[in-house]
Amino acid sequence: MQATVRVRRHNTEAPAVHGKLQEFKFDVSENTTVLDALIKVREEIDGTLGVRCSCRASICGSCGMRVNGQARLACKTKLTDVSRDGAPITVEPMGNMPVIKDLITDMGIFWGKIRQVEPYLQPAGPEPKGEYIASDESMAHLVGVMNCIMCGACVSDCTALEVDSTFIGPAALAKAYRFVADPRDGATQDRLGTLNERSGIWDCTRCYYCVQVCPKGVAPMERIMKMRDLAMEAGYNNTSGSRHTKSFAKSVKKGGLLNETMLAVESTGWLNVPGQMAQAPIGIKSLLKGKLPNPLGHRIKARKHIRRVFDKVEGESK
Amino acid sequence: MKYAWWPGCVARGATPELYTSTVAVLERLGIEVEEMHDFSCTGAGVLQERNRKLGDTLNVRNFAIAEKQGLPIMTICSTCQGVMSQAHQRVMRDPEYLKEINGVIAEEGLAYRGTTVIKHLLWILVEEFGVEELKKRFVRDLSCLSVAPFYGCYLLRPSDALGYDRVPARETSLDRVIEATGARLIDFAGKRKCCGFPILLINQDNSLKMVANHTGAAKDDGADAMVTPCPLCHLNLDGYQDKAARKNRPDGRKIDLPIIHFPQLIGLAMGIEPDELGFKKHMVSTRDMLARLKEQAAAVR
Repeated sequence: MQATVRVRRHNTEAPAVHGKLQEFKFDVSENTTVLDALIKVREEIDGTLGVRCSCRASICGSCGMRVNGQARLACKTKLTDVSRDGAPITVEPMGNMPVIKDLITDMGIFWGKIRQVEPYLQPAGPEPKGEYIASDESMAHLVGVMNCIMCGACVSDCTALEVDSTFIGPAALAKAYRFVADPRDGATQDRLGTLNERSGIWDCTRCYYCVQVCPKGVAPMERIMKMRDLAMEAGYNNTSGSRHTKSFAKSVKKGGLLNETMLAVESTGWLNVPGQMAQAPIGIKSLLKGKLPNPLGHRIKARKHIRRVFDKVEGESK
Repeated sequence: MKYAWWPGCVARGATPELYTSTVAVLERLGIEVEEMHDFSCTGAGVLQERNRKLGDTLNVRNFAIAEKQGLPIMTICSTCQGVMSQAHQRVMRDPEYLKEINGVIAEEGLAYRGTTVIKHLLWILVEEFGVEELKKRFVRDLSCLSVAPFYGCYLLRPSDALGYDRVPARETSLDRVIEATGARLIDFAGKRKCCGFPILLINQDNSLKMVANHTGAAKDDGADAMVTPCPLCHLNLDGYQDKAARKNRPDGRKIDLPIIHFPQLIGLAMGIEPDELGFKKHMVSTRDMLARLKEQAAAVR
């Protein structure tokens, strides 16, 4: 079968192709991966193409790139996975990081964020004589997050990082969770305190991009959500994020439905006068358009059953 | 065709025009619905971050109510759809978990067996009603409009929970409906990204940057309007567009891109009067785009 691969070139030394999508056509087999195809281009068609790879078996995490607009490992992606009936595929470098050449990005920002979360065990108490022993049961839930191969796919497609480069981002937050939830670590309280600050756990938009693009099933966003809960449990409650979650739960428990008006007021914080003032114009506009939700909230008839579900399930997890 | 219709909290609250336009469209298409007054909020991913089992239990309770009535669920909110699909995937993969949850809802006389189908109106129209059938009902020419799609995260990701492997065509469902109306499709890079709504009350600066980026990019690409199947995206992209522009555009100039609910687009193409579809309830004025439609109609006559 024939493949058509369009590669976004980035090579200031070659102005003729720099910034452009360059098209290559060649024969491939059904099992050809995107990486196989790019290596074929480099070896047989254009030796100047910049591609980074090493293991070719989705272990090393070197060949992260965007295929048809979404971050993937080139070695783990067959052409037939991304192209139906031989349609052209587009290959570009990862996002949210500078490009060095063609498909090779500078991972410096990525590693800086990983270092920021102190990705090493900070044990509690005196050092044991032998190894730090932890039971299988207490570590099993960390297997998923330990699968991370640091390829940068989640960072590439993170929509929060796209607008705010200070955000710690999905890979580093998943790594932070790996230590926050490690039973041997003694710095949990401090870690959660730092992660609770601006650019931390509450700045995730819950857009699911990281969950979708991770080639290893790490599900960074799920870890971030878990840390939000852990931070609230640990007593870090003075954020709009925690007020938002609590107000949401309160109104659903009360009437079965969300009270949008109270959610806005309570997330901002009753005593946050400037914050409430800043919200006033949109509230007034909504009122004038006849679409300000009833501040008393809506209630469903079966609300006593909803309350029972809350009491029962929340009681179980305590 | 009859469905258990779950409008969601926002269509009943901050975006009443979504509710009324949905009713107007369903009636004329002959799609019968029964509104689910006993459903609870799906949790919108927020309850789930506090306690996933709590969110799943509330959703399974909703599925069981629809199952008892023998009806598939129709949603009109990307977020409700996504949260329900995820909950459904989790309980269907783990029979023990479903049993536990059934234990909680048993007191209300409910038990979920796993047969409820949950579909957004967009998917129902494309997959069951059919785009060709829709086209037959489209009597108003929208060819003078350029329309950009905005899907909403929860209708796209995670794709396995949403059944994209079974129905790959879902990937471009909104694009195809826009094209079917005769409008020009503006295929811009932001259409699958986040609108910023979930962090509107948490990190408003970032949220508004997303609004300005997406509406600005679509406008720059020539869009006269943006259409979304998600009322939460609508709230942010419509309600906060002016503020987002003031804060993020170098000249602070308005972007002025009307954000249309999915059923409003269908209704418009079907020839329903804009007032009935609630076009006056938008924060970003829809006047210019409607005037253009009127002019075109007059020219044809």
